[in-house]
Amino acid sequence: MIIKNKSVVDDDWSVLRLNEGDTTESVAVPSGKIIVPLKVWQAQRDKLSQRADLGVWLNSDERAEDLQDDLAKFAVIAVNFPKFADGRGYSIAYHLRTRLGYRGELRAIGDVLRDQLFYMQRAGFDAFAPRADKDIHEALKGLSDFSLSYQASSDEGQPLFRRVQRGGAA
Amino acid sequence: MYRYDQFDHQITAERVAQFRDQVRRRLSGELKEDEFRILRLQNGLYMQIHAYMLRVAVPYGLISAAQMRMFASIARKYDRGYGHFTTRQNIQFNWFKLQDAPEALADLATVEMHANQTSGNCIRNITCDEFAGVARDEIVDPRPYAEILRQWSTFHPEFGYLPRKFKFAISGAEHDRAAIAVHDIGLSVVKNAQGEVGFRVLVGGGLGRTPIVGTEICDFVPWQHAITYLESIVRVYNEHGRRDNIYKARIKILVKALGIEEFKRQVEADWQFTKNGPCTITEAELNRVSACFTVPAYEQLPEGDSAVEALQRDNKAFANWLQRNIKPHKVPGYAAVVLSLKKTGIAPGDATAEQMDAAAELADRFSFGELRITHMQNLVLADVRQSDLVALWKAADAMGMATPNIGLLNDVICCPGSDFCTLANARSISLAKAIAERFDNIDFQHDIGDIELNISGCINACGHHHIGHIGILGVDKDGEDWYQVSIGGSQGNSAGVGKVIGSSFAFSQMPEVVARLLEVYVRERHADERFIDTVRRIGHGPFKEYVYATPIAGDAKLDGAEYASLEKGTPYDMPYYSRRF
Repeated sequence: MIIKNKSVVDDDWSVLRLNEGDTTESVAVPSGKIIVPLKVWQAQRDKLSQRADLGVWLNSDERAEDLQDDLAKFAVIAVNFPKFADGRGYSIAYHLRTRLGYRGELRAIGDVLRDQLFYMQRAGFDAFAPRADKDIHEALKGLSDFSLSYQASSDEGQPLFRRVQRGGAA
Repeated sequence: MYRYDQFDHQITAERVAQFRDQVRRRLSGELKEDEFRILRLQNGLYMQIHAYMLRVAVPYGLISAAQMRMFASIARKYDRGYGHFTTRQNIQFNWFKLQDAPEALADLATVEMHANQTSGNCIRNITCDEFAGVARDEIVDPRPYAEILRQWSTFHPEFGYLPRKFKFAISGAEHDRAAIAVHDIGLSVVKNAQGEVGFRVLVGGGLGRTPIVGTEICDFVPWQHAITYLESIVRVYNEHGRRDNIYKARIKILVKALGIEEFKRQVEADWQFTKNGPCTITEAELNRVSACFTVPAYEQLPEGDSAVEALQRDNKAFANWLQRNIKPHKVPGYAAVVLSLKKTGIAPGDATAEQMDAAAELADRFSFGELRITHMQNLVLADVRQSDLVALWKAADAMGMATPNIGLLNDVICCPGSDFCTLANARSISLAKAIAERFDNIDFQHDIGDIELNISGCINACGHHHIGHIGILGVDKDGEDWYQVSIGGSQGNSAGVGKVIGSSFAFSQMPEVVARLLEVYVRERHADERFIDTVRRIGHGPFKEYVYATPIAGDAKLDGAEYASLEKGTPYDMPYYSRRF
């Protein structure tokens, strides 16, 4: 189960993570819908490019720009949060959406917790795989912590001062 | 000052509701402490030695009388009847209960206040020149820009989980009173040759373990582009700042590692995507926000007042107060008044609920209902009629807020130290007290003149020891409090980091160390030369030599039993202390 488009839905994608001993070149990518690490994609591009059921995930120290020319090849792009306090994934999502024009599913994976979902959504994520030990229906509530925001981001291109008529000094 | 509109109210209310639910989930065990910690910090809630501590934001240091009364109310209702004003122009309450924090935030929201992002690895409260809007040397009032940046940085979705905390300071005057060079980003609002307003931007300054004076990244960013340009700086930092080592995670380390040219190139490459885009600040928005910072209804008054001048001749205490606590005002017949929170025996920056109520009352009576918090941990009434100075002085004196020591030896900048703070290695407010009592002679202090004594209880440098003319850093040696002394640091336009004079000293030796530094100054000074200028002229050598020339006995330099016990234990064990120690 994941959260997608603000609902809890079934999910038939799996995420490939390298085990000890695996290398990006040698790891066998199973058939079926699978989200592979960026480095596996880069190492096995020739083999994997043929597949229609492929997703790729970036770790927080990798760059959205590395996918610049390949965006159309993936049904899902995921960004891994190794720790929920690692905020690089927000900028990666922002770049994918606003600079690179990625419109497909953008999924947050890893240490994904309810109280981070609102910012993740604003930065451009539309799918979330909350940490397995957390109640996904509880996590869903995190998407509606606020009904408005001051600044522009991926979800809303205009800052508040351009969106509404604001009041001022009495 | 800025007044909330419906949108500001709504965002603040939703934040209170969010935090209330987070506290509920923490208390029920649904949230683990390591998950909750970051959430509570972004709401200003620390866990300290004795209790939780709530740090409330005072955006750019400006506050209304009603807001100050709310602080008094919170001090009474949820704390022990006092609060502590900080070098970041915020206020901290030291004895909070977790379950009370949501209610306190709800109380604060009724007066347009909050504790958003007063801690955590996000963009912190923006600090500002405390004399903004009234200073004679002001070029542009920085406050509307500070408010626009406050809104931009509040709950910024990309920048809630930065590598480390991130601090802005902004000044719009010829003289920097906001220590902009020792912030992650320092902004100076300037005008170019065409008279257009923009920002000189410094980046990568900061104190702590690696003190660095900020470097200019751009000499003029037109005001319309402030948000997009600053956002690019923070974005490059978010993506590339080190996250493997918290001591190397600040932007100053990134700027140093890349070099300012490469850092600037990356910022400008990012900026190309947003420059002139929707986040460009509009004239309408600047006007809307600026309209909140209108010039008060000043009267046409003559400069000077005969009653003030008469009392100045007859009453030395009043004359001292005028000399030290009154600052020039751009409008004739007005003055800016500093209310000292540095009375000897009181922790620097502490104020009781009664003092806060009294300060609010003084603001209503004498200063258009507004106050400022200074980064020197005092209060300011910025718009006082000179003819009211006598009445104000009497009222402030009755509340213990008229100590005539602004800018003098006992106007110490001081962090809470290990009396309160879990990070600290040594006590600082206790040391401030020991030093203040040694020099508790106002004539002597006036003779020494302008000097900045800054004390930090640990390397994180909340007491800004690096930029003190005399800086004291608490260090822990085998469980004992020791102190490293530096001289020659300074804030302002010629900001610089002080140099350590030698090996460290025991708590009990410190008053004598300061005394010896002052003796060298008194011996060597030219007429009208400040301590810092003497240090710059003659160098560290003579100070260092004299301080270490003869041993300072560990027990000989503190007088009496009180100091002896001060040296040991925490202040809470000591019944003769005011409750604030």
